[in-house]
Amino acid sequence: MTNDSAAARPRRLPAADLARVAVFAALIAVLGLPGSFSLFGNSVPITLQTLGVLLTGAILGAWRAALTVLLFLALVAAGLPLLAGGRGGLGVFAGPSVGYLVGFVLAAFVVGWIVERGGVRPGAHWVLTAGLLGSAVILLIGIPVQSLVTGVPLGTTIKLSLVFLPGDAIKSVAAAVVVTGVQRAYPDAAPAARRARLAIR
Amino acid sequence: MLTGAYVARSSVLHRLPAGVKLLTLAVACVALLAVREPWSVGVASAGTVVLYALGGIRWVEAWAQIRPLRWFVLVILVVQVLVTDWTTAVSLTSRLVVAVALAGLVTLTTRTADLMAAMERGLSPLRRLGVDPARVSLVMSLAIRSVPVVAGIAQQVRDAQRARGQERNVKAFAVPLVVGVLRYADTLGEALQARGMDD
Repeated sequence: MTNDSAAARPRRLPAADLARVAVFAALIAVLGLPGSFSLFGNSVPITLQTLGVLLTGAILGAWRAALTVLLFLALVAAGLPLLAGGRGGLGVFAGPSVGYLVGFVLAAFVVGWIVERGGVRPGAHWVLTAGLLGSAVILLIGIPVQSLVTGVPLGTTIKLSLVFLPGDAIKSVAAAVVVTGVQRAYPDAAPAARRARLAIR
Repeated sequence: MLTGAYVARSSVLHRLPAGVKLLTLAVACVALLAVREPWSVGVASAGTVVLYALGGIRWVEAWAQIRPLRWFVLVILVVQVLVTDWTTAVSLTSRLVVAVALAGLVTLTTRTADLMAAMERGLSPLRRLGVDPARVSLVMSLAIRSVPVVAGIAQQVRDAQRARGQERNVKAFAVPLVVGVLRYADTLGEALQARGMDD
């Protein structure tokens, strides 16, 4: 193409990663489809979508996972109803949940960063720690932003958000169990293992 | 096929370029932060209603955009009435609803493809940092195409689970799903490589 893209070639995402990023963005979307339910009083719905974010982080690694979540959010912003509960469009970025969405990107990065350092076969406890920290990141960004957007005091917002904690803990456990299962069946699902294999070739 | 919330009409708003609408929306959202007094909130709300009318949007379609806020509005109203007063409560809530409604209006009057094209154009200054707009649009199309494929894999896994009587087991659902998704992704990656994507 132009000189610009030639100069930028070294930083280009390889086709294999590009495909993984695209397909995992779709996975995050599909995990938001079934059985999304809202709790009374706090309309940020609880779904498997955050599980998708944790899984993406643990399997793709920090940078690719963050990119995947960004891509997913770009599709949502473009108007596709991919967010939990069939929501989509620019409205969600003007609403109270926007902090949680930003948190998704960072959480995927944090989970990926930790799991990448867990070796070619990170143990379940390792992924669990990563998942819990990732979930904490989502809340740490989501709750203050929600309080800011809605004008509801931070203390009250925190109390309203306590309902998330059991679900988040369960999802982190689920992520740990699923990721270790997947990495046993498909060794390339561990970021460190894939990097090592590609380096040999 | 996956479609957005776009409603096909032939209004002035529909004909405006996506980039113009996005920029106007950004400016409006920043301006809304400065809106505090009840009268200015009233003006902003009235303006939003006029814009929706201008776009030829029906009540049902407008409601679908702000419906996710309904519980928030209730909580904010209750909490704000308790800590402040009615006028502050109503103006804060209306401000939020107006912001979401305006963003929703852009979604309703702009085709998904046009919004994606506008986003890609917005990314072109990042070319210097190594972002290739052609790859961005490819990865977006691949993701959209992958949604029905991944949903299909999920359906297969769910059927297999039901056959084994393991409907409630998250592990029995997610492990085969993620492995299937990875296989599909890596096959897709090889296909892209075979077409010279890495050359």
